[in-house]
Amino acid sequence: MALITCKNLTLGYEGVTVTEGIDFEVNSGDYLCIIGANGAGKSTLMKALLHLIEPMSGEIVYGDGMSRNDFGYLPQQTRVQKDFPASVWEIVLSGTVSKKGFRPFYSKSDKKCAEENMKRMSVWELKNESFRDLSGGQQQRVLLARALCASGKVLLMDEPITGLDPKVTLDFYNLISDLNKSGLTVIMVSHDVHSAIHYASHILHVGPTQLYFGCTDCYLKSDVWHNFGGRESGIDCEECRHKIEDVNSPLYRDTCDHGHGHIHQKKSTPNGEPKMGNTIQPAREHEPDKGEKKVYTGLVADREDNTAKEENDR
Amino acid sequence: MSNLLYVLSFPFARYAIIVGVLISLCSALLGVTLVLKRYSFIGDGLSHVAFGAVAVATVLNITNSTFVVLPVTIIVAIVLLNAGQNAKVKGDAAIAMLSTGALALGYMLMNVFSTSANVSGDVCSTLFGSVSMLTLSEETVWLCIVLSAIVIALFIIFYNRLFAVTFDENFARATGLKVRFYNLILAVIIAVIIVLGMNLVGSLLISALVIFPALSAMRVIKNFKGVVILSAVISVVCALSGMLVAIVLNTPVGATVVVADIIAFIVFSVIGRILKR
Repeated sequence: MALITCKNLTLGYEGVTVTEGIDFEVNSGDYLCIIGANGAGKSTLMKALLHLIEPMSGEIVYGDGMSRNDFGYLPQQTRVQKDFPASVWEIVLSGTVSKKGFRPFYSKSDKKCAEENMKRMSVWELKNESFRDLSGGQQQRVLLARALCASGKVLLMDEPITGLDPKVTLDFYNLISDLNKSGLTVIMVSHDVHSAIHYASHILHVGPTQLYFGCTDCYLKSDVWHNFGGRESGIDCEECRHKIEDVNSPLYRDTCDHGHGHIHQKKSTPNGEPKMGNTIQPAREHEPDKGEKKVYTGLVADREDNTAKEENDR
Repeated sequence: MSNLLYVLSFPFARYAIIVGVLISLCSALLGVTLVLKRYSFIGDGLSHVAFGAVAVATVLNITNSTFVVLPVTIIVAIVLLNAGQNAKVKGDAAIAMLSTGALALGYMLMNVFSTSANVSGDVCSTLFGSVSMLTLSEETVWLCIVLSAIVIALFIIFYNRLFAVTFDENFARATGLKVRFYNLILAVIIAVIIVLGMNLVGSLLISALVIFPALSAMRVIKNFKGVVILSAVISVVCALSGMLVAIVLNTPVGATVVVADIIAFIVFSVIGRILKR
């Protein structure tokens, strides 16, 4: 049985429907990305999953030993009070608070749980630092450790990369990916579509109604993806393709000047199916005339790379 | 100095000091949570409502007004905190309406129906605290002690949960904490503190007792527990020194305590600046 099953949910505020017909399930070990245009109801759906609002109709069913509040939750950065006087230790430990029943104080096992998760997120040495003095990436890892203290099962994230710089974003995605591989179920609301299709195993695309739910590979073949602006084949880029092999390369995924995510695509495979995670989507219009393989990614380092390459070509 | 010793030789003066210390301790403990939850203004609104309730109690000739004022204030606190969660009613406007309304109504009642010969004196002492604080009855003192003990016990028992709810309410709710329940407890505690604090500094100044120590402590300390402890210390020291100074110099107690809080705030702001460098 699935961990979470949503049956025909209608969501909205004060009688006004935001989105309806939401129907999906999450199984243990899934990495689900919830995408959609602004105002499509992504965050509303997240709130419903977290029980911050009740669905107007439909139901959310939990199975497989999952209970109603067995979530770790990573909020949007902006929602956390930035001037709050709290040490990293206090914040991470507060993640265990809901599991304590009637005990008023933290037990040894609570503290151990906090310590383990802080070490896992490599923020243990920041233990006594004040939360407000940390960098955005560090704050995010602290909140992640807190979420892991609340539940080792399911992690819900609401636009977690908002406000993080490209390098930190990359690290963050890799961290989440590792957690997912170690068995954690991940549900992420994201506007970073290209990272979503790169990392997620499943995609839920919401609009006024549910537009798509299924595995990522199937999504990339769907009309929804194409209508959403996804490209079947970008520019064939020989230089990039081999760089793409290196997952740690900053080129692998990054953000261009316009704030779009980049995605590097390979050439269409023989049977015409686009493979995810390897097409260049130019931030600028590509000029197809010369047949020249030119890539613009908006990264300074990359631009220099290309100039060097062009000079070599000449 | 001899004046001070002379006054302290009376039992009621010692009562007053005990009550003052307890009230300042309670208000400082909760003040940190209130300030960080952006609830400071609710305390202010509630104190005006409490003033209105005192007026009603005076008019009805109820000897110990606390028994009327406390339930009324608690109910209003619960209503206000719940209204704050409702997006339709904007909290700040509702509070402003309620507090000024209660103030006006209370003053009018006191003027029209009062049996006392010195109406403006009554009003003034309700607003700014009794001039000498030596009018406290033994009954009130015991009530203060019991209520303060309850507030402190509740705060310690729920300390970790209050922290979780204060730092990130959505996270707390998402992970299954009964946030509404803790907000309710908070509302009750705020109301109790306001009503108790009126005895010490009066309804207009009680917010200062709640807010100043917390803000002073936040200038220099960067973790929650430290801020709570330091603000408690600051508050008790300020209340104690304020009361003693008031006795010696014969100044109004409430205002003197608040002035001590202001001085502490300035001192800690300067220390905070220096530490930052």
